[in-house]
Amino acid sequence: MSSLTSALPPAQGTGARIARWGLYLILLLFAAYYLLPLLLMITTSFKSPEEIRTGSLLSLPRDFSLDAWTYAWNRACIGADCRGMAPYFLNSLVIVGPAVVISTFFGALNGYALTKWRFRGANVVFGMILFGSFLPSQVILLPMAQTLGFLGLAGSAGGLILVHVVYGLAFTTLFFRNYYVSIPDDLVKAATIDGAGFFQIFTRIMLPLSLPILVVTIIWQFTQIWNDFLFGASFAAGGAQPVTVALNNLVNTTTGVKQYNVDMAAAMIAGLPTLVVYVLAGKYFIRGLTAGSVKG
Amino acid sequence: MATLSINNVRKQYGSVEVLKGIDLDLTDGEFLVLLGPSGCGKSTLLNMIAGLETISAGEIRIDQRVVNEVHPKDRDIAMVFQSYALYPNMTVARNIGFSLEMRGQAKAEREGAIRRVARLLQIEHLLDRKPAQLSGGQRQRVAMGRALVRDPKVFLFDEPLSNLDAKLRVDMRTEIKKLHQRLGTTVVYVTHDQIEAMTLASRIAIMKEGVVQQFAPPQEVYERPANMYVASFIGSPTMNFVRGTLSAEGDRLGISVGRERSGFLPLFQAPEQAGNWLGQEVILGIRPEAITCHDPAIAAGNPALVKVACGVNVLEPTGADTITYVELNGHEVVARIKPSDRVAEGETADFMIDMARANLFDPKTEQRI
Repeated sequence: MSSLTSALPPAQGTGARIARWGLYLILLLFAAYYLLPLLLMITTSFKSPEEIRTGSLLSLPRDFSLDAWTYAWNRACIGADCRGMAPYFLNSLVIVGPAVVISTFFGALNGYALTKWRFRGANVVFGMILFGSFLPSQVILLPMAQTLGFLGLAGSAGGLILVHVVYGLAFTTLFFRNYYVSIPDDLVKAATIDGAGFFQIFTRIMLPLSLPILVVTIIWQFTQIWNDFLFGASFAAGGAQPVTVALNNLVNTTTGVKQYNVDMAAAMIAGLPTLVVYVLAGKYFIRGLTAGSVKG
Repeated sequence: MATLSINNVRKQYGSVEVLKGIDLDLTDGEFLVLLGPSGCGKSTLLNMIAGLETISAGEIRIDQRVVNEVHPKDRDIAMVFQSYALYPNMTVARNIGFSLEMRGQAKAEREGAIRRVARLLQIEHLLDRKPAQLSGGQRQRVAMGRALVRDPKVFLFDEPLSNLDAKLRVDMRTEIKKLHQRLGTTVVYVTHDQIEAMTLASRIAIMKEGVVQQFAPPQEVYERPANMYVASFIGSPTMNFVRGTLSAEGDRLGISVGRERSGFLPLFQAPEQAGNWLGQEVILGIRPEAITCHDPAIAAGNPALVKVACGVNVLEPTGADTITYVELNGHEVVARIKPSDRVAEGETADFMIDMARANLFDPKTEQRI
């Protein structure tokens, strides 16, 4: 795309040049609009409470300090529990890991079965699964609470994993189904004649071809589940709460002086993993999103 | 090596009947080509032999064993796909060895088999590559290697050459023929290319709309087509069809084409039933190469050759032959002429028609008389 536009002759004349600079200005404004809050959070988290009170909001930190970060990590009080964000961060990891792996695996399996082993009514089943991705999450709160109660999983990390797996399946199935549609059926036929069964074809042929869509699904699910607040607040009790709920509780604690630097550091801690995942695998994410559309 | 028999096989999708009772019998080592335009059901039939499609009615036997309910992997068949269907994530060696791996063969044994097949197909230097690093022709070879490695009873080919460019297609065609001569395995080969069918087959089954039109050796299909569909599907340029009336002149039966007396073409060894058609309209089918420039020396020695004077409309030189469009009593027909015999466009010349190679068809049913 970029090579195409750069190959075009440059626009001529003063009018065109002004328009171009105007365009850059608008783009810069938009970039600033999105980046400024992040910048404020980062600078504030490195300031002392003194400096926040006396200095300007936009100034850079005079005495660079990591105190707020360490405090937020393992000393801040969340409710009555003063062990910081660390245990909740760990909770989130414990929930996100299995939830991502399980929902991705079954999404791939569903997509494979729906495209390569087309049974009577496969399209209806897919339509129903697809419908699941349009369900607002509030709708499932009450029935899910009931279900978790029946299963004896209420308030536990296991319960939250189940909720995320079930809710995420609609999306993961959609991703894999659309990706597998573009993989030729002849591969499955050839493997069938070669003597491979349903699961052998899945593990030996389909999964190794799924890297781009696997990355997309994992990033998507990781981000969704890590950033989830509603399910965490509804279905996890006390010590099992994920980091998003802990952040809310930390920031909304009303006792004493408001420690903005700690709040900011805690928010950064809560947000970092999704950023890291995107930076590490973002390239594959873009590639995966466009994979099906370019190559048949 | 095995026999294959297909008895009254039908395939239905809902209320649509795709195959309407197919009967084919192959002896050991035969090379059957299923020939027909797209949508005639040839690929469906192949998939049914492979076990990838269910059989709605009838029976398929491989070596006398009914395989209707047998899983593809237990039918002892191997298939080469049009798209090759190589596993993109595996090396050439693993692609070829995959079926052995799935059957639990030991690694050492497997490697021996892969090496043997690779040598046969001259792809030993490609064994460590992935399919994406191969050219079309190389992929084709790997696909064949994957089929060969198991030494199956029947090979199934689904338009294996149609993704190759023209030159490679001809080379691979010859190689498939050599391979078959060498291995002697029974083959079922699907194609829409009449040249592939003619060159490879020991017998051709020409299909149209789910019905086998003719099942015979290539030369017979070419010389004695069962109906006008077969006659026009095989051969290029296609067979000439000329409407005429079956009539008698003296004691000879012949076809009157047009009104002039010169339009009488006496039949040579007329078919037995021809007498019943006296005075009725029939269609005369003549291959372009049966119409040549008149040569008195040749014509004198062969009573089947009939001399006619024709106007020449258009010439199309192809190098080996010159395709000539001539006017035969008001009907335009195509003749295949030696370039040295060519007649200028617009002129009239004497031609001769080899009536021993003439075919008669019923104009209503289009069947051979």
